[in-house]
Amino acid sequence: MTSLPTATDGRKLGLVIDLDICVGCHACAVNCKEWNTGGHSAPLTDEEPYGADPHGVWFNRVHSFEAGDGDSGRTVHFPRSCLHCEEPACVTVCPTGASYKREGDGIVLVNADTCIGCKLCSWACPYGAREYDYADGVMKKCTLCIDRIENQHLPPEDRLPACVSTCPASARHFGDLGDPNSDVSQLVAERGGYDLMPEMGMQPVNKYLPPRASTRHDLETPAPPPETIPASTDTGSDFLNWVDRMLTR
Amino acid sequence: MPDDIRPDDRYEKVDQSPVVSDEVKTTTCYMCACRCGIKVHLKDGAIRYIEGNRDHPINKGVLCAKGSAGIMQHYSPARLSQPLRRVGPRGSGEFEPISWEEALDTATEWLGDIRRRDPRKLAFFTGRDQSQSLTGFWASQFGTPNHAAHGGFCSVNMAAAGIYTIGGSFWEFGEPDWENTKYFMMFGVAEDHDSNPIKMGLGKLKTKGDAKFVSVNPVRTGYSAIADEWVGIRPGTDGLLVMALIHELIRTGNVDLDFLARYTNSHWLVRRAPGTADDGLFVRGRDGKPLAYDRNTDQLVDAARIDISPAMRGRFPLHEAAPGDGGSDAEAVPAFQLVLDRYLDEAYSPDAVAEQTGIDADRIRRIAAELAHAAFEQEISLDVEWTDWAGRKHDKIIGRPVSMHAMRGISAHSNGFQTCRAIHLLQMLLGSIDCPGGFRYKPPFPRPAPPGPKPAGKPHQVAPGTPMAGPPLGFITSPEDLLIDDQGEALRIDKAYSWDAPLAAHGMMHMVIRNAWAGDPYPIDVLFMFMANMSWNSSMNTTETIEMLTDTDPETGEYKIPKIIYSDAFQSEMIAYADLILPDTTYLERWDCVSMLDRPICSADGPADAIRQPVIAPDRNVRPFQDVLIELGARLGLPAFTTDTGAPKYPGGYADYLVHHERAPGIGPLAGWRGEDGSSHGNGAPNDNQLERYIENGCFWSEEFAPDERYYKHSNRAYLDKAAKMGWIASADPIVLQLYSEPLQRFKLAGQGFGNVVPPVRYRDRIAETFDPLPIWYAPFEESHTDLEDFPIHALTQRPMAMYHSWGSQNAWLRQIHGWNKLYMNRSTAEDQGLADGDGVRVESPYGSIKARIALMEGVNGNTVWTWNAIGKKRGAWNLSPDAPESNKGFLLNHLITDLLPPKDGYRFGNTDPITGQAAWFDLRVRVVKDDGSDKALANDPSDSGIAPRAPGVGKAAERLRFGARFLPASNWRRSRGGEDT
Repeated sequence: MTSLPTATDGRKLGLVIDLDICVGCHACAVNCKEWNTGGHSAPLTDEEPYGADPHGVWFNRVHSFEAGDGDSGRTVHFPRSCLHCEEPACVTVCPTGASYKREGDGIVLVNADTCIGCKLCSWACPYGAREYDYADGVMKKCTLCIDRIENQHLPPEDRLPACVSTCPASARHFGDLGDPNSDVSQLVAERGGYDLMPEMGMQPVNKYLPPRASTRHDLETPAPPPETIPASTDTGSDFLNWVDRMLTR
Repeated sequence: MPDDIRPDDRYEKVDQSPVVSDEVKTTTCYMCACRCGIKVHLKDGAIRYIEGNRDHPINKGVLCAKGSAGIMQHYSPARLSQPLRRVGPRGSGEFEPISWEEALDTATEWLGDIRRRDPRKLAFFTGRDQSQSLTGFWASQFGTPNHAAHGGFCSVNMAAAGIYTIGGSFWEFGEPDWENTKYFMMFGVAEDHDSNPIKMGLGKLKTKGDAKFVSVNPVRTGYSAIADEWVGIRPGTDGLLVMALIHELIRTGNVDLDFLARYTNSHWLVRRAPGTADDGLFVRGRDGKPLAYDRNTDQLVDAARIDISPAMRGRFPLHEAAPGDGGSDAEAVPAFQLVLDRYLDEAYSPDAVAEQTGIDADRIRRIAAELAHAAFEQEISLDVEWTDWAGRKHDKIIGRPVSMHAMRGISAHSNGFQTCRAIHLLQMLLGSIDCPGGFRYKPPFPRPAPPGPKPAGKPHQVAPGTPMAGPPLGFITSPEDLLIDDQGEALRIDKAYSWDAPLAAHGMMHMVIRNAWAGDPYPIDVLFMFMANMSWNSSMNTTETIEMLTDTDPETGEYKIPKIIYSDAFQSEMIAYADLILPDTTYLERWDCVSMLDRPICSADGPADAIRQPVIAPDRNVRPFQDVLIELGARLGLPAFTTDTGAPKYPGGYADYLVHHERAPGIGPLAGWRGEDGSSHGNGAPNDNQLERYIENGCFWSEEFAPDERYYKHSNRAYLDKAAKMGWIASADPIVLQLYSEPLQRFKLAGQGFGNVVPPVRYRDRIAETFDPLPIWYAPFEESHTDLEDFPIHALTQRPMAMYHSWGSQNAWLRQIHGWNKLYMNRSTAEDQGLADGDGVRVESPYGSIKARIALMEGVNGNTVWTWNAIGKKRGAWNLSPDAPESNKGFLLNHLITDLLPPKDGYRFGNTDPITGQAAWFDLRVRVVKDDGSDKALANDPSDSGIAPRAPGVGKAAERLRFGARFLPASNWRRSRGGEDT
């Protein structure tokens, strides 16, 4: 079984995902696929790509579901990927040390050269964030774009996970959640960011910002009471006096 | 531990700085109509990664799921690889490969023959074409009026209503002021138009937190999911809701009268003389200028004068005010009086519309109050000096921060034109057109409402061997402009600009096959199409469309539509029904242009255009369609495509044309870097280095307006002068918003039997009733001839944001997201019918029946079922396996939609909007019944006639895809493991 790092320098790199503005467009999922299928974990194999049951390796998947009944309900688009937990059972369960958590930044990775494909990690992860590549016989997963975020060949502004960089609604944020003063930590504090399934004890680093209420009553203006409408719209009835204001062009 | 070993290296040495690519090329995406700027990373001769271009004005670096899946589109196994000639019967999919020389010779022979005899025998229609300024010009040069793209199927109601009303429209011609808006209303499904800009805007608006987003849509998915308020309206009743909002705003006095008097024709006097030929037309002075009633002088005066105080209501007897100016009983009333009369009527009160729309009256009143609050209590004032059209300086720009957007949810109904006009009326009453926080025009709009020129195609304009005198599409303003013969019958094959569809500004691609098959109004010889999947999701009534494409004349054995030429990059459903296939490239292999002459990508803050450049060379024997079209133009000797000596004018193909073609002196397809030295923008002589300059700049050109040019563009001196100088508008005159539409009234009068050009009797009621100069609501036509108890449910489609039309469902990645579509149904409606989630059902309309699986949901109007658009595919098309879910579990709703209404007095009108001819595919009514429960695969394609084989040159699709393995270091074991790379 694999140990977690005992000492870290305090950095906890991760994502903050805003469920209030995610429209479920799958841009993050596909751009992730596109980057990573040629990146550190290449390839992200697709089986039956043009057949009856196309399925492949995706590090990031978007689930859409409804919560609540009728008009008071809400349609939620929920992007799901590795949460780079502080207590990742997927690491501690690994018999070979292939699944590991990095000391320097807390990113959870899989070493494809030592992974034996036993899939224990995918059983251990309560978030379903692990993706088995049948062709390679190894487990793969979100690397937080380990080959982008410090890549000296990319301009500094592009050193972000692909999902963050491409998100059209800016619903995804990347940063150091170990630093209380970082933009992402501030965002979590302001918006009441929360842990996914905290009861599992994984202490996920990624946070979700909750959707605001399904109907923003705080933005509502009270309606004036209905009134009887006079039969005539012609000049002379007081009802439409505002129309007779002297106007300039 | 040694310094060079990081703690993490104990587990694995990770290269955090790999070389990403050998080269990065910019170009423009074509995975939908959004036209985002992209950066394509190339490595070892292959595409490694596509990302958004941060500098690009449209997407500012973001990229959607479709754009990110461009690699899979480019490497699709459905790509055609060589020209083909049909050898089996139509539909069999049996082809033989031919050379380009042979293909072009054949096309030239077919087309040359009819051009010499009768150019109308060519119907040239393009689908999701982004080169319409070329294709329209080519058609005009050929001499056929029978040309259009797919706008008539898509959204012409939205575009035409906007252009005839405010001189601009949603999407391509305008956008919400996302930065400043306080209240944003979206009507209907809009997830594909605009794609990224709306997502970016909604993200901005919601993050700001001080604005409200209201989504009016029967279905709560996509953008509606993050709305602050979802209004689950009954389909086709949006117009009633909008008119009830108008009713409330007027009732409560929440109208921007100053805006109306300054920028609209609401003070223009309308002649009221029912039963006479001039009823409802503007009262004009001797110089032809519309008049207003000036309350300072009690005179009828030129309505454009700025020194008057116009009356906004009142009734002024014409014989007193203007002696000799008309009948004795005629009176003149300001157009706004007619607005008051109509919308204050009880029929448009919230209480009256609540039942039909399914929206509580109190809720309508509240939304109206919120609109008023945002517009008038949250007024924005920008300290920017500007000068209006009359030369008056203002020290502030006032904004009414209410913005709106609508697309095909409004458009695709037979009452869509008038509903969209109602939305624009609402915007005008709130004073929220082109102001801070409101709807903002994108250049080259606003243009006069409507702009010129008029469509060519009258009998004297069509002659053998001769170009037409003008473009095949345009904007007409009176019955005299119609393209009809002396009997009032259509002159165009699609019947655009006839009494069937007088304001058919985008043509009617969806009627071409029916009419060509029926020889109504005349038979054609060649149907030439590009990127238009007519035998599948670009037609209503797909099943019969296929029958018409394959139908023969029993006497001669010839096909009713004798010759079909088709260009597409992929083996789409349409391929099997064509006789000659001209294989196109993918979007990454071609030159292209996103032109202001065509469908612009400007922003409200400045003009922009763009190019595509080939980022990778084709590995197949394919040619860009536009190159082929230009070559055909030269072979046919079309004047604009040949030199004086008859040689090809653009031997360098489309790239040559983009640089050197001039539509008017100094005006060409691209606005940037014109002039011989590339120093002028907008207009200037052709610049041989223009494309290089575009490439240096990321394949786009953009400019920012000065602060005083950005708002009130319809009336802003600095803007209007610039627009005229750039060639966007013919003159710098102010653009008056047409709250009251006189062109519509001219048609209405014709419908009443007045004027020189009147419709045949069968059209009269329809024209008189629907061509109302002020927005009206009428029930979608399908409801008037369908037994609503028998077919109680509305059926429509929503746009998955990860898919664009049917291309996406072949894409190896996107089809994993939307591989097959279910029929979504309101939970309580379904339960009342004894239906459960996952049940197999039959969906039946009066016109057909298909099978589907249902999924129950809360967020859908109780009278509505819906599905994702264009996921179902025909078996055997697109090189998908015959057991692909798209053709076995998914379905195409189009099979249930009629293209013609039932006969009325012996004539079948199209299932279209009576004003524009827009396909009314959202009017569909169905019933949903439980299937018999048999286990057989869901037969979802009534047209299924076996599986077309792969076209010659289309190889077997991979069973496993390991795209990207090739980019691993040569030493990596994963590089060579596990089979095929692409």
